[in-house]
Amino acid sequence: MPEPLLSLRGVRTDIGRYHILHGVDFDVAEGGLTMLLGRNGAGKTTTLRTIMGMWRAAAGEILFAGRDITRLATPDIARLGIAYVPESMAIFADLTVQENLILAARSGPPDARRLDWIFARFEALKRFWQLPAGHLSGGQKQMLAVARAIVEPRRLLLIDEPTKGLAPAIIANMIAAFRELKDGEATLLVVEQNFAFARQLGDSVAVMDDGKVAHTGAMADFAGDPALQQHLLGLGMGEHQ
Amino acid sequence: MKTMKRDWLPLLLIPVLAVVALPLVGSPASWVTLTVAGLAMGLMIFVMASGLTLTFGLMDVLNFGHGAFIAVGAFVAASVMLALGSWMQADSLWLNLAAFLPAVLAAMAVSGALGLVFERVIVQPVYGQHLKQILVTTGGLIVAEQLLKLVWGPEQITLTRPTALRGAFLLGDIAIEKYRLLAVVIGLLVFAALALTLNRTRVGLLIRAGVENGEMVEALGYRIRRLFVGVFVAGSALAGLGGAMWGLYQETVTAAIGAQVIVLVFIVIIIGGLGSVGGCFVGALLVGLTANYVGFLAPKMALGSNILLMAIILLWRPQGLFPVAKR
Repeated sequence: MPEPLLSLRGVRTDIGRYHILHGVDFDVAEGGLTMLLGRNGAGKTTTLRTIMGMWRAAAGEILFAGRDITRLATPDIARLGIAYVPESMAIFADLTVQENLILAARSGPPDARRLDWIFARFEALKRFWQLPAGHLSGGQKQMLAVARAIVEPRRLLLIDEPTKGLAPAIIANMIAAFRELKDGEATLLVVEQNFAFARQLGDSVAVMDDGKVAHTGAMADFAGDPALQQHLLGLGMGEHQ
Repeated sequence: MKTMKRDWLPLLLIPVLAVVALPLVGSPASWVTLTVAGLAMGLMIFVMASGLTLTFGLMDVLNFGHGAFIAVGAFVAASVMLALGSWMQADSLWLNLAAFLPAVLAAMAVSGALGLVFERVIVQPVYGQHLKQILVTTGGLIVAEQLLKLVWGPEQITLTRPTALRGAFLLGDIAIEKYRLLAVVIGLLVFAALALTLNRTRVGLLIRAGVENGEMVEALGYRIRRLFVGVFVAGSALAGLGGAMWGLYQETVTAAIGAQVIVLVFIVIIIGGLGSVGGCFVGALLVGLTANYVGFLAPKMALGSNILLMAIILLWRPQGLFPVAKR
């Protein structure tokens, strides 16, 4: 069992008067792809935002590569090699596709070979290179949001619902890209509602329910247990594929 | 590769306004004089407003104290110009410039430094709290005005423009004031410098991205608060430059100069679209031209003309001429 790259221990997050996370515990193994699943409102997005320091944990600790990052500011967390793709995509609409990627590449101009690799998977980004990102379609914006996270090598990618609203062909490209990233350099923690996508990609799974982690384990085991899926995700048999 | 499609429609408003004014003004000579005066006034307002629109866009900070930087700039420049009075009144362009340039540079330096203190002491404790920002920064403006009276006295300071900038160039019947031409040149240089910085540098990209979504800029690993402080200081320095130019334009400086002009500054940034430097530029030119044309045609309406202009533009585009895509 590889050492966890990321560990959450008893993480509680409050937003205003609301207690959203009630003590979240799970590990993300280095070099693997962990799927964070759960019903709407279970606390998945809050968990990612808390890891990034965008919402401050009220209690508990978050360890990244053995270092406590619970109290670090968001830019400092990002500089440790953690990239975040929010559910809203948060692309910079007034900036061109090129400018979005230039900004995301902190260490200098984007590497040409890396860009070619991205263009091979997300061809539309090359086609619309000089177009303001606000003019892209929803799927193209999602590609840009993911490309922004991977334009430079990062140790950990936090990706919130990458397939939301995407056409099947684009999802296939996304799966291929994530597989290559996982096999190469990165560890991924992906929030996903699309279980068919999740079971194809995930090595391990953490399932959240009501602000806590209700189940952790290997994705293969979870995918083979329809009763558990029904219990934790409310999935019927027709939704498994 | 597809390229970007620009929204040119708001830019057309400037020539349309000028063309509509021509038959109303009647005399082409008067029209040219009014147009240059309007452009000069607009560009001075743009210099004062550009920093304010960026600070609002970056951190949602409503700084009603921006007028303090304008006033301080005007007073500092006035002091330097009065101290170098003999150079200001000399018949040499070079001696005039040797007095004028240090005056505006000192105005920018002192206003920028004041901006740094203002941001640390007054603005930083109220990040994200709009109501408190309005109250606290308005209080800051009042305190600054009283401090100005304490330092420079309650009386207005009368300024005389440098010899080389007095009078007008005459082209047939057309008279164009020399000082207004200088204001146009300085305003255009500031706009060009801002446009180059925002579009051709990494810092500029960060500012534009930060205006849209500061949280995501932080998630990419950039410290947006440092960027904001830098923009706040630069904006304050530009306000100081604008204040110095405005003081010389009016040839008097009072402690209320900032509070008087800040109304126009706010109209400009609202018309332009909060956070948009391009919108601020177009809005400032529209405000300057409207004030001059209406002031000539119907002086009693001059005071309200810009508020009317703002209302019309907001009816057309409620988010301003060039709304910034916000998260």
